[in-house]
Amino acid sequence: MSHFDVATVAVQAALDAGARYADARVMHRRTESMNARNGEIEDLTQQEDAGIGVRALVGSGWGFYAVPDLSTAGARLAGQTAARIAAASTQVPGPPLDLVRSPATTASWASACEVDPLGVPLGEKGELLTTATRLMVEHGADLAEGLYQAWDTRKWFVSSEGHRIDQHIRECGGGISATVVGEHETQRRSYPSYRGQYGTRGWELVRELDLTAHAARIAEEARALLTAPVCPAGETTLILGGEQMCLQIHESVGHAIELDRILGWEAAFAGTSWLDLSKLGSLRYGSELMNITIDPTIPGALGSFGFDDEGTPAQARDAVRDGRWVGVLAGRDSAAVAGLDYGGSVRSDGWARLPMVRMTNVGLEPGPHTLEEIIAATDDGILMDFNRSWSIDDRRLNFQFGCEIGYEVKNGKLGRMLRNPTYTGIGPRFWQSMDMLSNETVAWGTPNCGKGQPGQIGHTGHPAAPARFQNVRVGVKA
Amino acid sequence: MSSSLADLAHQVLDLVRTAAPTAEAAVSADRTEQWLTRFATSFIHQNVADETTSVTLTVHVDGRTTVASTTLTDDAGLRALVERTVGATRLAPLDAAWPGLVPPASLAGTGTVDQSVLAATPDDRAGVVQAFVRAAGGLETAGYCRTKHWTGAYANSAGHFVEGEATSADFDGIARNDGADSAARISSTRMSDLDGAALGDRVGRNARTLASAIELPAGEYEVVLMPEAVADILTNFAFYGFNGKQHNEGRSFARLGEAQFDPAITLTDDPVTPGNIGQPYDAEGTPRGVLSLVDAGVTAAVAHDRRTAAKAEAASTGHFSEGGWGPMTENLVLSPGSTPLPDLIRGVRRGLLVTDFWYTRVLDPRQMTLTGLTRNGVWLIEDGEIGTPVQNFRFTQAYPQALAPGRVLGVGDTAVAQPSRWGLGSWTGPALRLASWNFTGTASG
Repeated sequence: MSHFDVATVAVQAALDAGARYADARVMHRRTESMNARNGEIEDLTQQEDAGIGVRALVGSGWGFYAVPDLSTAGARLAGQTAARIAAASTQVPGPPLDLVRSPATTASWASACEVDPLGVPLGEKGELLTTATRLMVEHGADLAEGLYQAWDTRKWFVSSEGHRIDQHIRECGGGISATVVGEHETQRRSYPSYRGQYGTRGWELVRELDLTAHAARIAEEARALLTAPVCPAGETTLILGGEQMCLQIHESVGHAIELDRILGWEAAFAGTSWLDLSKLGSLRYGSELMNITIDPTIPGALGSFGFDDEGTPAQARDAVRDGRWVGVLAGRDSAAVAGLDYGGSVRSDGWARLPMVRMTNVGLEPGPHTLEEIIAATDDGILMDFNRSWSIDDRRLNFQFGCEIGYEVKNGKLGRMLRNPTYTGIGPRFWQSMDMLSNETVAWGTPNCGKGQPGQIGHTGHPAAPARFQNVRVGVKA
Repeated sequence: MSSSLADLAHQVLDLVRTAAPTAEAAVSADRTEQWLTRFATSFIHQNVADETTSVTLTVHVDGRTTVASTTLTDDAGLRALVERTVGATRLAPLDAAWPGLVPPASLAGTGTVDQSVLAATPDDRAGVVQAFVRAAGGLETAGYCRTKHWTGAYANSAGHFVEGEATSADFDGIARNDGADSAARISSTRMSDLDGAALGDRVGRNARTLASAIELPAGEYEVVLMPEAVADILTNFAFYGFNGKQHNEGRSFARLGEAQFDPAITLTDDPVTPGNIGQPYDAEGTPRGVLSLVDAGVTAAVAHDRRTAAKAEAASTGHFSEGGWGPMTENLVLSPGSTPLPDLIRGVRRGLLVTDFWYTRVLDPRQMTLTGLTRNGVWLIEDGEIGTPVQNFRFTQAYPQALAPGRVLGVGDTAVAQPSRWGLGSWTGPALRLASWNFTGTASG
C-alpha cells in the first residue's frame, strides 16, 4: 500500500466511526545533527521516524491520534481512535464549528535543494566544525561551539474533502559561537546568529555561511566584551541589527498575530494576545514604516512550504500595512470562528503532533536606507545586535531582550563596544517609535519556536533588516 | 514489565554484534503513551494522543561514535538502523571524549506505576476537565489534563541491562476574570490525585479577587512565592545551576561544599522514591538514585552524565539529556519546612504574594540572573493580610542570591509537585517567603 492509501484508510475509518470531517498525514523524516566543541566532535546524531497522525471532528470536538504503525490495521485503528477521542471532547463542547474553504487539491511540492545535506560526507561536515571551533579557541574562546542540523521530511496528506498532497521539504543550517568565562560573568558571540542560520535549502546554505572565515573575529569580540563598559541605563535612540530584529518581529508581532492566541485557545500555556479582532483593519500597530507580511512562498526561507498541514496552499498576505494591523496567522477552524475567509498557517512538528497555528515567514519589508546611513543620521544612541536573551509577557506586549553586543553611537559614528546590552518596551509603543529602516534584508530562520501541548518545535522564517527606534529604555540592571 | 522492549533491545544488540563485532554498542528501547485533553474558553479544543515506540542505538568503533534512532521497529527497520549507524560510525569524526559504556549495575528503583493512569480513557480526562470548568463557576477557563505512561529497556555490549516503567498524571488550569488569571497545577503518579472540582473551585475563588488590580511601582519587595512560582526557580536551577557540563566549563554559579543557600534550603533530585515521577535510569543506562544537590544550604553536588563525569573525575549521576544541554535534573524536590502558608503570609509587613512566573530567561548563567514576569495572580500583603490585587511586574533577579543565607524567611509545610513541560518529571516545592525580589518594571512599561 502507498502512504496515500494508508492515509485514506485512516480517514475512512474515522468517518465510519462517526467523524464529520477527518484528515490524515503520513510522515517520514530523517534528521542529522553534529556538534563540535573546542576542536572536537561532541555529538553525531541521526534520527528516522515515520508514522501517521489522524485528526477527526465529531460535532464541535476535535480528536487526534498518532501511531508509528503504517499497516492497514494500524491506520484503521488510528482513524477509529481519533474519532473516539473527538467524541469524548463533546463532554465539554464548544460553539458550533465549521472549517473555512480549502479547495480539494491533488498536488506534489518540493523545496529547492542544490546539495542534499544528508548526502554530504560526514568527514567534510566534521572538518568544517572542528576547524571553526579550533580557530575560535586559538583566538581566545574558552568554549567554542559549532553545529549543523538537517531535516529531510516527506509527508502525504489526505482529507475527507478530497485533498491528496505530498511534499518533500529539506531544511538545514548551522552556526558557531565563542564563549569566554570571566571571574563573575560569561560573554558570548555567535555567527551568523544565536543558533545559526537555517532555511529550506540544501547544504549550499552552510557553505555560503563560510563559518571558518568568521571564527577568529567572534572569539576576539567575545573576549573584548569581558572588559567593555556596561551598557548604560536610561532612554535613548536604539538601532537594532538585522539578527535581533528577527527576534523582535518573531516575539512581538509573529506570536501576537496568531489567531488561536487571539481567540484564547492558548491562554493557559503560551498565553493570549493583546490584539482585539474587532480592531482588525483599523488598529495602529506601528509607524508607517512598518509593513509585515506572512509569506510561506519565499524561496529558501525556513517558514516556506507548498501547502500547510491542513492542505491549504501557501500564499502571501499582509499582517501589518503602513503601520495598521490587517491580517492574522490562521487555521481553517480558527478562521471560521473569527469570521475570516482564509487559513494557511497550520503546521505540526511531526506525525505525532496535532497541527496548529504556527508562524510561516513573518517578515518586515525593507525600508529605504542602509545601516550606515542610519548610524550617520544618529547623534546619540546605541546599536545592539545578536540576541542573547528574550522574554515577553503572555499577551505579547511587555518585552525585554538582551543582545550579545552593543556599540555607542555618537555624532553619526560607531563608538565603544558595550557589554550586557538590554532593552525593554511595550510592543505597539516600540513599533510606533520606528523612524528609520534599512534595505539590507536577510530572511533569518528560527528552528526552535516552542508552542503547544504536548510541546512542538516550529521552524519559522523572518525577513528582517536593521532599524532605528526612538526613546527606548535600555540597560536594565539586576 | 516491558519484555517486548527488552527483546527489541537485545535484537538490535545482536544485529550490531554481527555487523561490527568489535563495536561497543548500547540500545535503548522506549515506549511512550501520552494522552492530553486541552481546554480553552471553557471547552475542549484539542484532544490528542500518541503511542510511540522508538529505538536509540549508540555505536562506538575505532574511536568514532554515532547515535541514531528510529520509530521503524519491524525487522527491516531495525536492520536498516544498524546498517546505517555502523556505516556512519566508520565515517564519523574522531570522538576523543568517548566515556565508554556503563558497566552492569543495579537499579535503585524501577519507577512508580499506577493502574488508574494506565486505565484512564479520553472520557475520564474529559470528566476531570468538566469538573474543573463547572467548579470555576462560570468564569472562562483553560488548561489541560494529561496522562503519560513510559516503559523502557536498555541493554549494552558490556552486559548491562535495565528496564523500567512509570506513569504521570498532570493537571494545569486557569480561571480568567476580565483578563486576570488565576492558576493551579498538580502533578502525580496517580490519576486519583487530579481533583478537577477542588482545583476549579480554588482558581475560581482566587480569580474573583483579582478584579481592579492596581499598579505598584517597581522595586525590591519581600515576597511569598507559591509552589507554581517555586517550580520556575527549580526549572532554571536544573538548566543552569546544577548542570555538570556548565559546571565543568565555569558557567555555573555552583561551588561545591560552600554554603551558597540559606540553611532552610535542602534540594534533591529524586525520580526513584516510590510515589515520585521519573525514570529509574538515563539514556546512557546509568541507574538513578536520590541525588543531594543542596544540603541545608550547602551546595553538595551537580548532575553528571558519563562524559561530564569523566571530565570532572566524578561518577555519572544518571542525568544524560539529549541536545547538547548537558546533564539535567528533571525531578527536583525542594524539601518543605514547617510553616503553614497562612503563617508565611502573616509574617509579611509589606510584600507581594506571587502565584507564578512566566517566560523567564537567563541573562547570565554564571550569576543565574534571569528576567521574566509575574503571572496568574499577584496580591499586596500588608500587615500579614492579603489585600489588593496587583498588576504584573517584570523582574530581573539572580536566583541564587534570592535564596542566599539569610534571605529565606520561611518555607511552607506543603510541597506540591508541578508538571514538567518536557520529559517525565516534576518540580516539587513548597511556598517560600523571601526577603526580596527585584522587580525592575511594571508590565505596562
